[in-house]
Amino acid sequence: MTQPSFPGSAEAASAASAESPVDSSGPTDTPSDPRQRPPARGSGGQDTVGPLPRGSRFGSESVFKWFTTASGATVLVIIVAIAVFLILKAIPALNADKANFWTHFEWFPDDPTNPQFGIPALAFGTLVSAAIALVIAVPIALGIALCLSHYAHRRLASGLGFMIDLLAAVPSIVFGLWGRDYLVGPVREFSGWLHHYFGWIPLFGSDGPYGKSYMLGGIVLAIMILPIVTSLSREVFRQTPPMNEEAALALGATKWEMIRTAVIPYGRPGLIASVMLGLGRALGETIALALTLGGGFLIGPDIIHNGGNTIAANIANKFGEASEVGRGALIASGLVLFAITLVVNMIARAIVYRRREFLGAAA
Amino acid sequence: MTAITAPSTTRIHVRRLPVWAPVLIAVVAAVAAVLLFKTGKLLGGGWVLTAVGAVLLFLIGLSIASGMVEGSRAARNRVATSLIYSAFVLALLPLVSVVFTLIDKGRGRLDGAFFNNSMRNITTFDAGGGAYHAIVGTLEQAGIATLITVPLGVAGAIYIVEYGRGRLANAIRFFVDVMTGIPSIVAGLFILAFWVLIVSPHLSSTGRPFYSGFAAALALAVLMLPTITRSTEEMLRLVPASLREGSYALGIPKWKTIMSIVVPTALPGIVTGVMLAVARAAGETAPVLLVAGGTPNRNPNPFQGNQESLSIYIYEQASLASKYGLPRAWTAALTLVALVLALTIAAKLLARRNKLNKG
Amino acid sequence: MAKRIEAVNVTAYYGSFKAIDSVNMVIEPKSVTALIGPSGCGKSTFLRSVNRMHEVIPGARVEGTLTIDNQDIYGKDVDVTAVRRLIGMVFQRPNPFPTMSIYDNVVAGLRLNGMRKKSLLDDACEKALRSANLWNEVHTRLNRPGAGLSGGQQQRLCIARAIAVQPQVVLMDEPCSALDPISTLAIEDLISELKNEYTIIIVTHNMQQAARVSDRTAFFSIDKTGDPGRLIEFDETAKIFTNPSVKKTEDYITGRFG
Repeated sequence: MTQPSFPGSAEAASAASAESPVDSSGPTDTPSDPRQRPPARGSGGQDTVGPLPRGSRFGSESVFKWFTTASGATVLVIIVAIAVFLILKAIPALNADKANFWTHFEWFPDDPTNPQFGIPALAFGTLVSAAIALVIAVPIALGIALCLSHYAHRRLASGLGFMIDLLAAVPSIVFGLWGRDYLVGPVREFSGWLHHYFGWIPLFGSDGPYGKSYMLGGIVLAIMILPIVTSLSREVFRQTPPMNEEAALALGATKWEMIRTAVIPYGRPGLIASVMLGLGRALGETIALALTLGGGFLIGPDIIHNGGNTIAANIANKFGEASEVGRGALIASGLVLFAITLVVNMIARAIVYRRREFLGAAA
Repeated sequence: MTAITAPSTTRIHVRRLPVWAPVLIAVVAAVAAVLLFKTGKLLGGGWVLTAVGAVLLFLIGLSIASGMVEGSRAARNRVATSLIYSAFVLALLPLVSVVFTLIDKGRGRLDGAFFNNSMRNITTFDAGGGAYHAIVGTLEQAGIATLITVPLGVAGAIYIVEYGRGRLANAIRFFVDVMTGIPSIVAGLFILAFWVLIVSPHLSSTGRPFYSGFAAALALAVLMLPTITRSTEEMLRLVPASLREGSYALGIPKWKTIMSIVVPTALPGIVTGVMLAVARAAGETAPVLLVAGGTPNRNPNPFQGNQESLSIYIYEQASLASKYGLPRAWTAALTLVALVLALTIAAKLLARRNKLNKG
Repeated sequence: MAKRIEAVNVTAYYGSFKAIDSVNMVIEPKSVTALIGPSGCGKSTFLRSVNRMHEVIPGARVEGTLTIDNQDIYGKDVDVTAVRRLIGMVFQRPNPFPTMSIYDNVVAGLRLNGMRKKSLLDDACEKALRSANLWNEVHTRLNRPGAGLSGGQQQRLCIARAIAVQPQVVLMDEPCSALDPISTLAIEDLISELKNEYTIIIVTHNMQQAARVSDRTAFFSIDKTGDPGRLIEFDETAKIFTNPSVKKTEDYITGRFG
């Protein structure tokens, strides 16, 4: 830090040295004439800069950094812990299982002499209910997302988006209760109507009783995953580069053609990711399905008959009265569910991350 | 010259459907639907069928009319627009129905006895009983979960944004995102396997595993942690780099910069994220069902003994053989929704006033 | 093919803000007209009014009369998409559709208009790319993504896309401002060739470019910030740059302001 060397004026020189940074050890007996003060450490000109303070290895900065790193790593620890502890508690039950876990349809782990249980029926039910939910929810969610991003007035859009978010806030138990007590009636009638006029389609082949079925559970599930698919898709649509939209319009496209040409193709990866996230949510939903599905362990094409079960709903229903083996069996099924949802979520996030990098490079 | 020649006269005028045409088509479609389905009993009649039929007839009529007058491209545009708007109306129907049912069936037990009493000594034939113990349980469990996750989640987010470089940080970031989608019942099973079955016997006087409100809080924490970390991370990223650089230039150490400048700037957004996570946790049923045990009695101690929560209260009362169960279930549901919605709306209002906006 | 455009008292608003005021101009067929002027004086706004892209922005509107071949393009029964097909546009930054190949980009407009037959599309694509001087560089890789080209090539791709639908007028909004000098020269050469078939209106910040490519030049300006832009002078390019009639024009081209 050298003193500015202004040519000439002595006042400048003395003013400069008077303003030089004073040593932090503020001497009390400093002579009043600035030119007679010992050169302050760190002030330029005569003296060199003293040794800079060393960064401490165990100072507050490092502690803080370690603490935040450890907190961040907690998530990784939890994932591993989940796998470890679920496996730990599932193995005894799996060993006790007299039937093949991967092929046996029924669920009787509590039988003290002959516990037999298997996952296929539950896995089938999990996939069927999720599939129904997706088939219903995805087109509607995409429509709403487009409506909010490209059709509605901006203020109206944010108000309407707010209401869709409120749908997301309603707890699943409330949807389950509403589905079981209120929606079941219309679904029962609808199922009867479907069987009457379209019974030749295997999906609607059962002739009753109707009500607490995959149809009911699937509809309730669709309502529950609608908000997440909508909000993510809306984000995706909003990020379409305006230049591409204008280019389409300038070629003489109608609004819908512009969306087909510029918006949807651009957003396809993001849309896939949002559908997969909705799928993940549907696979894991427990209590709404526990209340709206009829139970049982059948595999078949029909979706309107009373019955239906998923891994998660089965756990909720059977947990209260499970023996030790029963509990272990439920944990084993939970492990399978964990693995499936982990994979689905990982694929969905990987798609989003790759897309983000691609955009970053192209931008 | 290729086959598509531009017309030598510029033809830019085209016939358009008059403004009242869609309205007319809608009315005709409605009338036709009523005639066909209701009076004509086609496909069984029924109001829902009539409504759906009316919409379909409207779309068909609109596309034909527009196609004849304006051209097929314009017709497709109109139909697409109608479908998109109707998707929105369709989604609102369940929301309206749920809210209406909640209020209608929930007000039955909105009395003082409900909020002041537990289910102690209430048998199948007793009309009274309340959810006091459940409300206390929900508040305590969600509260403890928040106390655990907020420091951990915020610290983790700080690591990701401020310190994280390289593969560990990328892995953490990726898996935080992945874990936001984990089913809540898996979190419950994990705490069951880990805390209740393995750890709790060492903590109990009898050496046997026991349920507790604390276990439920742990399960909720597992669910809340990724969400809070993620939303905090987004908020921290919105803090402009220039703010941090200005602080470093003054010689302020990094950790102090983060704690006194970056975090306070992002605080409203962080609080919003926390509130939304708490709202979600308060409504969770499955994990609490597995590890809190449930009890008809009051239990203000989350560390000992079974505890109830609003969500499992609703589940139990809804499945009760007693005819007094359902009214209690609905009132409890109304209470829970009110709690969750209050938190959510407050969070969103706070987010709107937030100066750091995603734009 | 190219037709004549006439603007009478054209005024454009963004909401309540008046962006341009009472522009009067006649643009002859098969000519190149340059719009010059300092930033913010409404050149682009006027350009976008010609193909009715101005109204895409919420709250924006145009008053006055704009006719193409004496047909009012803002008339009551006018199909906006037909107007935009007749009056094509090339934007400031190249914006090929990122998910489409070169081929798909060029024929995008044709496909929208219902052309399906591959042989017709192939012909149209080749013709457009040749007209845009891009054919030789890309004809072996028509299936590669449009976004994989250099900036200058992308812009020529956008020009090919715009002329593939055979418009009568081509609007260009500072087409070279994001490009390097070599690409700029290539596009200026292209403009000189295109004017044999199309009416071209080009907005440019670069006065030398306007002097190089245009037949007539229109100078826009504003009095002070917040005022609407106005057409100050419109004349033969040579005259504008050597002997303008209005003092403001002279001040601008000699660099005294702007």
